Amino acid sequence: MEKLVVIGAGMASGRMLEHLTDAAAPYQITLFNAEPRGNYNRIMLSPVLSGDKTYEEIVTHDDQWYAERGIATRFGEHVVGIDRARKVVTGQNGEVPYDRLVIATGSAPFMIPVVGRDLPGVIAYRDLDDTNTMIAAARPGAKAVVIGGGLLGLEAAAGLQMRGMEVVVIHIMGHLMERQLDPSAGYLLQKALEARGITVHCKGATKAILGEDRAEAVLLEDGTVYGADLVVMAVGIRPETRLANDAGIEVERGITVNDQLQTSDPSIYAIGECVEHDKQLFGLVAPLYDQARVLAAALMGQPADFRPVQTATKLKVTGCDLFSAGDFADGPGREDIVFRDPGRGIYKRLVIEADRLVGAVMYGDTADGNWFFGLIKDGTDISEMRDTLIFGPAFQGGGSVDPMAAVAALPPDAEICGCNGVCKGAIMDAVLAGADTLDKLRATTKASASCGTCTGLVSQVMALTLGGEVQTADCICGCTDLAHEDVRRLIKAKGLKSMPAVMQECGWSTPDGCAKCRPALNYYLLADWPLDYRDDRQSRFVNERNHANIQKDGTYSVVPRMWGGVTTPAELRAIADAADKYNVPMVKVTGGQRIDLLGVRKEDLPAMWADLNDAGMVSGHAYSKGLRTVKTCVGSEFCRFGTQDSTGLGIRLEKLLWGSWTPHKVKLGVSGCPRNCAEATCKDVGVVCVDSGYQVSVSGAAGMEVKETELLVSVPTEDEAVAVITAFVQLYRENARYLDRAWKWTARVGLDWVKAQVVDDLEQRAALVERFEISQSVYRKDPWAEHAKPGARDEFAPLIDLRLEAAE
Amino acid sequence: MTAETTEWLDIAALDDIPPQGARLIRTAEGCVALFRTHDDRVFALDDRCPHKGGPLSEGIVAGHTITCPLHNWVFDLNTGLAQGADEGAVRTHPVRVEAGRVHVAAEVVARPATARNAA
Repeated sequence: MEKLVVIGAGMASGRMLEHLTDAAAPYQITLFNAEPRGNYNRIMLSPVLSGDKTYEEIVTHDDQWYAERGIATRFGEHVVGIDRARKVVTGQNGEVPYDRLVIATGSAPFMIPVVGRDLPGVIAYRDLDDTNTMIAAARPGAKAVVIGGGLLGLEAAAGLQMRGMEVVVIHIMGHLMERQLDPSAGYLLQKALEARGITVHCKGATKAILGEDRAEAVLLEDGTVYGADLVVMAVGIRPETRLANDAGIEVERGITVNDQLQTSDPSIYAIGECVEHDKQLFGLVAPLYDQARVLAAALMGQPADFRPVQTATKLKVTGCDLFSAGDFADGPGREDIVFRDPGRGIYKRLVIEADRLVGAVMYGDTADGNWFFGLIKDGTDISEMRDTLIFGPAFQGGGSVDPMAAVAALPPDAEICGCNGVCKGAIMDAVLAGADTLDKLRATTKASASCGTCTGLVSQVMALTLGGEVQTADCICGCTDLAHEDVRRLIKAKGLKSMPAVMQECGWSTPDGCAKCRPALNYYLLADWPLDYRDDRQSRFVNERNHANIQKDGTYSVVPRMWGGVTTPAELRAIADAADKYNVPMVKVTGGQRIDLLGVRKEDLPAMWADLNDAGMVSGHAYSKGLRTVKTCVGSEFCRFGTQDSTGLGIRLEKLLWGSWTPHKVKLGVSGCPRNCAEATCKDVGVVCVDSGYQVSVSGAAGMEVKETELLVSVPTEDEAVAVITAFVQLYRENARYLDRAWKWTARVGLDWVKAQVVDDLEQRAALVERFEISQSVYRKDPWAEHAKPGARDEFAPLIDLRLEAAE
Repeated sequence: MTAETTEWLDIAALDDIPPQGARLIRTAEGCVALFRTHDDRVFALDDRCPHKGGPLSEGIVAGHTITCPLHNWVFDLNTGLAQGADEGAVRTHPVRVEAGRVHVAAEVVARPATARNAA
């Protein structure tokens, strides 16, 4: 068995020994340590000093640990030399031969060369002995001077202060912890320490330590004298390289090592604070643990490379919440984002270079520290979230930053595929079981295999499970990366019932959306939660907000409803009167079998509506994404060819469907015979009456696109025709994208799927009809009547008319 | 206007303008729209889109922007400048909210056509 000798039982070599012995590496190991003890957690010396912990609590490896692993320990024994030619290490008590040697001598405190530095009562702060010396000296009321306002010095100062000493910190730089903090954070830290009773003297250069036979005071260059029963030197450390130097191994600031922690002598390795790798020294534990892993691998002949990573600093002083990571010096091409809350003593500063976060300093609220640290380490492009970056991850929209955040936040039982009742957990299970493509997933779970509108969400769950890329579907607008279908599904799955809830939970990147997404969300919410959600007028396009069609000159057109295109002399008289009274410049018959009054001023709208209401007329919704008209022919009542009462059916449908909001406008036609005088076969829903009953067809268009309807079903009775049509409209309301006409939607989901829902599945048909009726209990109302009420009219008029005043 | 002291006219209560909505002031020189944003800021701009004269007060207010109802031009309420690819500007006017009341600068009333300063 090869002989491995390790010099130094610190945290780095301790971790390396764990790796080696866990893997039962075939080495006969001898461990030297100058301290008369094994490995303990040096990071926890501060709590030992302050009295929060005892030495026993911070021991990492006790005697039993070394014994069990067959490690021969030479504790309390200094190594006096390494003979590379003979491959032996010479300890005070004798030689130990090695095949491989690991130098882990750590660092030595740097003692500034001033007069009096050798006096008793002047100590460094490096190990347990120093700590115990401080504890012994720490009588309440005694005076301590800590030279050095870095991490270690401040932890010492805080610990001594907690033991009742009067503490002064002398720091040569302009602010505390200048390597980790910028001046503003340093200022807040100083203020906090001073509030605890610690005196901080920055820009203080120590001239001498005064005292006869022990330290009594510290004299500064500026003449200040601080009384001192104890002087702690914590101005810095330097790699302990004396042994390596003496042995003739290559040393610069530290012992130089390659990526395998190997020194210039191939049999000798070095690890920890004593090494220099790629011109860099190491003092924090994270990279040292990394070295331990790499070195253990190297010793076992496994490939591994040490690649130093960024490290972050947190100060372990109770009440001083401080975090720093990366590089935060000012520089060309660097920009700062700063947040301050003077009242709460919070300071945060982020340093950005080329759209990457390169540094972060935080004081007072460091909860987001690790998140920022992650962004620094990963080199994440932060340009998208720059505006809200400083507020931390809670303010980052899942949509803008991580398109999967909303999906990631869903519980496993959240339903993703509504058609087949597949929940998130089932999809994840299937993906983990090997369904790594959409096709395989569809085959195993049926998720997104029916209407397909949840495909975007399903792929996100897949990506989330596999940790891969997201195929982003076409998104609603710039405020989100989510597609319409995704948002509709999330509104239902998460029970989102308000606009702010949707924007928050789906990670909108804007505070209140935009002119594109707001009308869509408003529609989705009122369609999915008719009883809970209140229509938001300010998220409506002008026509729907004002219940009239705006014209190019800012006037409006008014179209009262004529049920099935049938009117009466009284209605016509009322329309004529209104046209006269409000000076309507044009009266026109529309293509939807009603009358349009064009050129009405906005402020006249409510009064005109009231007049029309008085004659029994209501809004024709000629302006809405909703039911427009039901065009009819005269049918069997008058026509010699008519087979059914098409007029009556048209009126019945219009009275049933009017007032409902839909993704886009909905126009119906009912023709009494196949001659089709009502042009029913180019409507969103068309009925052609035949002797045997009713042919219901859907998804026609006669606008920019001209499309003939496709047959949905032929039914024998009017009641059945009405039920199928109602169910179809409700299915469209519940599933389509906002601003997709019915034909576009059926093209997306397939007419077969629609048929399965409203024709074949009678239970589903009834449920759709029922849900439509629930919605209509809210929306089957005349909006004109609502807005014509005296109190509601004001909004249609200017706030104030200053024309007269100005003309006086 | 370079006068150090702006004369303010009390127009209405803040709550007379719906949040994310707008109301009009009619003046001899055309209408001025008062926009109230989601964060309760109020902006005063001419109610006329430089593109085709659309009434901006009928658009959708989102963030600090207004989208014209006729052809979806978007303007920054702070500057009156058209956003994106469109070029144009809407005149903005001084406005302030104090103790829940909306005030506009008196110059809005006495715009060039009338020299007199309304009190």
